[in-house]
Amino acid sequence: MNIPAQPMATSSVSVGNGESRVSKAKDKVKMNAQDVKVFYGDAQAINGIDLDIYENEVLAFIGPSGCGKSTFLRCLNRMNDTIDICRVEGKITLDNNDIYAPDRDVVLLRAQVGIVFQKPNPFPKSIYENIAYGPRLHGLARRKAELDDIVESSLRRAGLWEEVKDRLDKPGTGLSGGQQQRLCIARTVAVSPDIILMDEPCSALDPIATAKVEQLIDELSESYTIVMVTHNMQQAARVADRTAFFHMGDLVEVDSTDQIFTNPQDQRTHDYITGRFG
Amino acid sequence: MSNLALIATLLVMMALAYHLGLTRSRAMAAEHDVRMHSRPGYYGVLVALWCGLPALAIFLLWSFLAPQMIDMLVTQQLPTDLVAGLSDRELQTFLRRVTALAEGRGVAGGGSPEELAAAAHMARLQTIENFSLVALMAVLVVVGLIVARRRISPNWRARNQVERVIMIALAASSAVAIFTTIGIVLSMLGEALKFFSFISPIEFFFGTTWNPRFSTSGASNQGEFGLLPLLWGTMMVSTIALLVAIPVGLMTAIYMAEYAPPWLRNVAKPVIEILAGIPTIVYGFFALIVVGPFLSSIGDLIGINIRTTSALTAGLVMGIMIIPFVSSLSDDIITQVPKSLRDGALGLGATKSETIRQVVLPAALPGIVGAFLLAASRAIGETMIVVLAAGNNPVLHANPFEAVSTITVTIVNQLTGDMDFASPQSLVAFALGLTLFVITLGLNVIALVVVRKYRQQYE
Repeated sequence: MNIPAQPMATSSVSVGNGESRVSKAKDKVKMNAQDVKVFYGDAQAINGIDLDIYENEVLAFIGPSGCGKSTFLRCLNRMNDTIDICRVEGKITLDNNDIYAPDRDVVLLRAQVGIVFQKPNPFPKSIYENIAYGPRLHGLARRKAELDDIVESSLRRAGLWEEVKDRLDKPGTGLSGGQQQRLCIARTVAVSPDIILMDEPCSALDPIATAKVEQLIDELSESYTIVMVTHNMQQAARVADRTAFFHMGDLVEVDSTDQIFTNPQDQRTHDYITGRFG
Repeated sequence: MSNLALIATLLVMMALAYHLGLTRSRAMAAEHDVRMHSRPGYYGVLVALWCGLPALAIFLLWSFLAPQMIDMLVTQQLPTDLVAGLSDRELQTFLRRVTALAEGRGVAGGGSPEELAAAAHMARLQTIENFSLVALMAVLVVVGLIVARRRISPNWRARNQVERVIMIALAASSAVAIFTTIGIVLSMLGEALKFFSFISPIEFFFGTTWNPRFSTSGASNQGEFGLLPLLWGTMMVSTIALLVAIPVGLMTAIYMAEYAPPWLRNVAKPVIEILAGIPTIVYGFFALIVVGPFLSSIGDLIGINIRTTSALTAGLVMGIMIIPFVSSLSDDIITQVPKSLRDGALGLGATKSETIRQVVLPAALPGIVGAFLLAASRAIGETMIVVLAAGNNPVLHANPFEAVSTITVTIVNQLTGDMDFASPQSLVAFALGLTLFVITLGLNVIALVVVRKYRQQYE
């Protein structure tokens, strides 16, 4: 803890992610955060974060509990708006447009930046209706057949189609925990977002269900930008292109996953990944 | 010795016994240097119970049985020709007068010689009875005290026994409510059956005319007791009430649970709930004096004939009365819907009202239906508002602007004034009460089942 936090020049950290997952070009900045601060009432939860998120990357946020990683994630599609006492300062852009601009429509933003939560939260409706809900909201399907297509392709993408295709009219709450979480991912995918935020998507799941969701994240990264919060460092190592380490409201370090886990630049990152605290 | 003094003495004795038990167990522990099974207080309580409970039981039994015994003894003492000349009812009156004389209260017209003789006899018996009671209780107190005190030993499980007594006392208290309910239902059932010996159930449940002529001329001229006009009136008033209360209450609940800022909720919720605390008689005369004439004048304006006292007046005011039931219950249920569901919908890009309409309300629906049903049973059983504002017109018609009568109003009418409890005119009240009870019980049961089903979903 005796080495001071280095102010990260965020543009410089895109180097070195060519090791684990080479295929994609990751040079286009999809989202950008500048000096983002978050307050709950008088308490400051985030102390000025700068971060670039690149198109089609998988970016993992790690850090001890209460470090602000979930709070920051929820700023990215303005889910913090639902908390009365929460206040966000600074600037976050999506495709160079400020998402906190007064004329920004938060409904459209959330269609573009979807979110999957920690605990699976299927609606108390049928599996079909769970998936069809988003497309209906945004008028993505004109006819029943189109909606059917969206439902099927979303469930296929979430790797759930084969398991549920014969019981689409059964309640989504009747599925197992892992299936529910994949249903929630399918529900998010159905709206065709650009970015999917995942807030500890596997923390309520058993290892087998976790493996399935991780595989799914890998597949989804072909077409989506994924930002995930995880408590599980192995998970970050397995699925993320880049990893960001948060500590006490600061973004301490962000770099390619290999770099973070093999050669961290900051003492705090080193202590955390070697299990010294957290 | 008066009963009050007797009980007071008993309590004092119990306090004394408590103290004896307490000190005895302490002394024993110190003397033999052993660990007692329970703390000293438990021995105290147990000794007090041994001392007090048998005496109390005898006291209750005695108070219940002794007067009957005395009545019997006095009756045996009376000249046989006097008893033979009296009917059961006259005998009861006679004994009541004798009791009054024996206790030193006067009776109308003074006492006849027979009555005075019987009263003297009764007074003697009562003195004996009182003395024997006191003596018996004293013996029980002392015996209980001695037995319990001698049983105090390190192995006596005083704590467990005290716990048992407490459990029994609690169970007995719950039994009071349950048995009272059962008793009320049974007595209603009994009286209702008596009514059905005059009027056939078919005539009652399917009759379309309500005209219970109040006559003393006997069974030959009973009048007509058709339930349907009353049931119809009840349904009409309740439906109007629910049409007012459900939309307003539900929307209030949604606003309070989802939109209102905390300070407003803290102020507005208690104010709304005050509506539920206004006595219904106040609503009743409010309906009669303010709402009725107001509706009537509006009716004049638009050319509809609205009676001052009508189903509409009563229903409207009753609806206002049950708004807090609907809003308060629905509010609780809406707040119980997990935040994760709201987040899920909002995260997909639903607006606030879309989230509420399409996700929160469907999830809360079973509970809200339960709230509606409870409100409905409340509306059906409501009396005072309809007595004053519905117009008491038991005729089968479908016009809400006309006066109607309801089951509750009719019960009030049949039981007020001079009445003979053997006539169908009064007995019909029990049949009506039973009908009402069955309807509201049914609604409550359905509501409970529905609400329970809802609870299982999130626990």
